[in-house]
Amino acid sequence: MNTASKVRTTGLELAPAKTFDWKERFFHLLFLACAMVGVISVATIGWFVFQEGLPAFKEAGVLNLVLGKEWLPPALYGIFPMIIATLISTAGAVIIGVPIAILTAVFLAELAPRWLANIVRPAVELLAGIPSVVYGFFGLVIIVPAIETLFNIPAGNTILAGIIVLAIMILPTVITISETSLRALPSVYKEGALALGASHIYSIFKVLIPAARSGIFTGVALGIARAIGETMAIIMVMGNAPAMPGSLLEPARTLTANIAMEMSYATGIHSSALYSTGIVLLVFIVLLNASLLYLNRKRSY
Amino acid sequence: MLQDKRFFNRDVQDKLLLAAIWGAAAITILFLLWVVWHILSNGLTHVSWEFITSSYTRIGEASGIWAMIVSTVYMVGLSLAIAAPIGIMTAIYLTEYAKPGSKIVKTIRFCTESLAGIPSIVYGLFGMTFFVTTLGLGFSILAGSLTLAMLILPVLIRTTEEALLAVPMSYREGGYALGSSKIYTIWRLILPSAMPGIVTSVILSIGRVIGESAPVFLTAGMVTQIPESVLDSGRTLTVHLYKLTQELFTQHEWDQAYATATVLIVLVLILNLATKFIATRINKAS
Repeated sequence: MNTASKVRTTGLELAPAKTFDWKERFFHLLFLACAMVGVISVATIGWFVFQEGLPAFKEAGVLNLVLGKEWLPPALYGIFPMIIATLISTAGAVIIGVPIAILTAVFLAELAPRWLANIVRPAVELLAGIPSVVYGFFGLVIIVPAIETLFNIPAGNTILAGIIVLAIMILPTVITISETSLRALPSVYKEGALALGASHIYSIFKVLIPAARSGIFTGVALGIARAIGETMAIIMVMGNAPAMPGSLLEPARTLTANIAMEMSYATGIHSSALYSTGIVLLVFIVLLNASLLYLNRKRSY
Repeated sequence: MLQDKRFFNRDVQDKLLLAAIWGAAAITILFLLWVVWHILSNGLTHVSWEFITSSYTRIGEASGIWAMIVSTVYMVGLSLAIAAPIGIMTAIYLTEYAKPGSKIVKTIRFCTESLAGIPSIVYGLFGMTFFVTTLGLGFSILAGSLTLAMLILPVLIRTTEEALLAVPMSYREGGYALGSSKIYTIWRLILPSAMPGIVTSVILSIGRVIGESAPVFLTAGMVTQIPESVLDSGRTLTVHLYKLTQELFTQHEWDQAYATATVLIVLVLILNLATKFIATRINKAS
């Protein structure tokens, strides 16, 4: 996403004193050809997704599809409930997960004794590597039954279960990137604050976190992207009903789940409607990236 | 002195915030321990040599995961065989050949970042229509690997680039000063010294391939047979766990699911330890 957008190369213009060399030329072109694979991939995916999604937009109409409240293929293709479910589950995961993650990052960067940080950091990396189906399984055997007993409802496969699983899943992303950006701050920031008589905690919250905010925003945005894009864990815990959720204790289906559940048997307009679900998903990601660029441009100094 | 209006006096406020930070770190760690402990404690006893090496039938007692392990290995090997050369050569192009800031570099970077941002289910959607149907590969390990190769390309490019940039400039200058050609310098000097970093990036991609599930079952299918060729369908470990969780009725099925999840966590642990091991070796070397 946006993290590696800085243009960096070794920029070495030295070249051995030689005239035209076929071997050199060949490898140069080979490397260039490989570099174009990424470009071709994006172009192909983009072209395909839009090409395949268009019939559904034409058939149902963009507004009917995006704002339609009922999903009954092959008759009705409204994905508004899925959009709402995606937004609610992502927002919920951010509200629960992000504060915990940022405070954990502060802990790792500022407060933890070295030995403890050296245990916690690898642990967080491990958390990042665990496959999403394992989180889904954990959600299914622990969180779903817990919600059933806690709220006394027949089925715990709810948006709330999805929110909790997603909150756990975005922790490592947000923690790692926030910690890196906190550590990257020049030490004069903290020294200055301490010299002015601020306590350590005060300087963390009033100086360090605000100064690292562009990095923290990036971490949060990547966390949001993970939450929006997550599929299997959500399918396993959220109940998958394609209806408008009335509360957090009702089942729902996200955009990603809609694609994963129906793609393997969809044909014709139905399959095209799944592609338009994918287009809406891509629009979310693009909006997320654009807003991140905007925030970072405005706030970084 | 920094001063503003607060509800609590300074000491109390500091202590509350301090408690919040420790609390948050504790929650993170407890969740991690809980997830890992819950799976391992319920799964480890059911992981046996027989479970790993025997076959699976949906109905009946045969519950081994050998076919899934073979499929996963195929998938990892093939995705890497496709993506690693392309990714590494792209990184070489970007660091050693391209003019910084040129249009082509910007285009390549923009596209790589876009690839990284596409949700994996969209890769599945694309792979199923393009590789499985349009190219006629069917639900196969090959279709799955091609899809995952696209998915891991950005990770490979970015981390390899970091490794190449970390190679000191003097290596390149030394190579050229001795009159060796550019490609010779890259092959003999730059790549070997960037090798630990490149290996790390490959291990990261292995983790991605093992962990993905949604794009995999849409392109490689979920047949539980041992794939005989890359054109056969195969079920990877994550897809297997997903399918198991859809039919958790008997104790035996629960045990299988826990055991499969345990195998996955152990795999992730091994990959993490491997990267740690390489990282410490890099630190010692420099």
